[in-house]
Amino acid sequence: MINSRIFLKGLLSVKRFDSPAIALGASFIAIGALLKNLGFTIQESIFSTFLTYALPGSLVMAESMLIGASLLNIFLAVWLVNARLYPMTVSLMPLVMNKNQPRWKYYLSCHFVAVSSWLIMKSNYEKIEKEHRIDFWIGVGTSTWLIGIFSTMLGYFSADYLNKDMMIGLAIVNPVYFMCAMIGVMKTKSISIAIILGAIFGPCFYYLSPEWCILFGGVLAGTIAFLIGEKNVS
Amino acid sequence: MSVNILFAIIVTSLATYSSRFFGVLTSEKIDENSKIYRWFNCLAYSTLSALISRVLIFPNGILEETSYFIRLIVIFTSILIFYLTKKNLVYPTIFSAIILCIINTLT
Repeated sequence: MINSRIFLKGLLSVKRFDSPAIALGASFIAIGALLKNLGFTIQESIFSTFLTYALPGSLVMAESMLIGASLLNIFLAVWLVNARLYPMTVSLMPLVMNKNQPRWKYYLSCHFVAVSSWLIMKSNYEKIEKEHRIDFWIGVGTSTWLIGIFSTMLGYFSADYLNKDMMIGLAIVNPVYFMCAMIGVMKTKSISIAIILGAIFGPCFYYLSPEWCILFGGVLAGTIAFLIGEKNVS
Repeated sequence: MSVNILFAIIVTSLATYSSRFFGVLTSEKIDENSKIYRWFNCLAYSTLSALISRVLIFPNGILEETSYFIRLIVIFTSILIFYLTKKNLVYPTIFSAIILCIINTLT
């Protein structure tokens, strides 16, 4: 059903010295501590990362709960901040899909689409035979997901020992890591333009709409980058 | 707590999974060599980049308590370290946490 050798290869891909495991772990430690301070039990905190596994979404949920938002408002706020997962999934799944593989693997493993696993997969998929890429992806996703869950537990239990300055230090790790990772993957013209314009438009659109800025800024930046890239191809 | 925690978690996970689910659904009709795939690929990088820069410039949560100026110093120094260490991701990441922690303690 699953090629265990390829799965294991994916599972161990987070072992590299500069893998996203550090950034992922640090940020979920911060989330674990935050959830404890919000009054979550350990079971609820684990359940949250287990089911959601998307850092900005968990953060938005926590903030929405703090201000007493309704369930509908929580849904909309989380959907907006996590809508980026849609293009991320579309830009990943065609690379791992194969007619010899069952469809349930795609619908189950899409739960693992998050920035860390996505970046690992994007930089490694070419080394794996297309038929087995989905098993490699499931391995990558499982390991990053488990890191998220265990780090949430660690953060929950160490919340009393983490002061405010340490929490701030943990919170910056994730965006700085991924900012550098994004700079590192700027290898083609269209991707470079997409990343640079996205970084500019995201905060610019914040002044128009804090909720929609990622979507508006991202779609505009990505479309411009695509058009420039296509113009150069033709 | 104004809403039940369990419902909030379920609502959050549904809102998150829906984007992933529709992503797979769309992918079933997309070829990796098509124009539409290339467009989605650009969108994926740009929305991710927009999110990261928004988090750094207009953060939510505890990062909000640091000043804009300090965050900018940390961002630019981290990028500099990233290039100085031949694009190593670990050094700028650890540096950013330590330097922000220290500056925040001192100020």
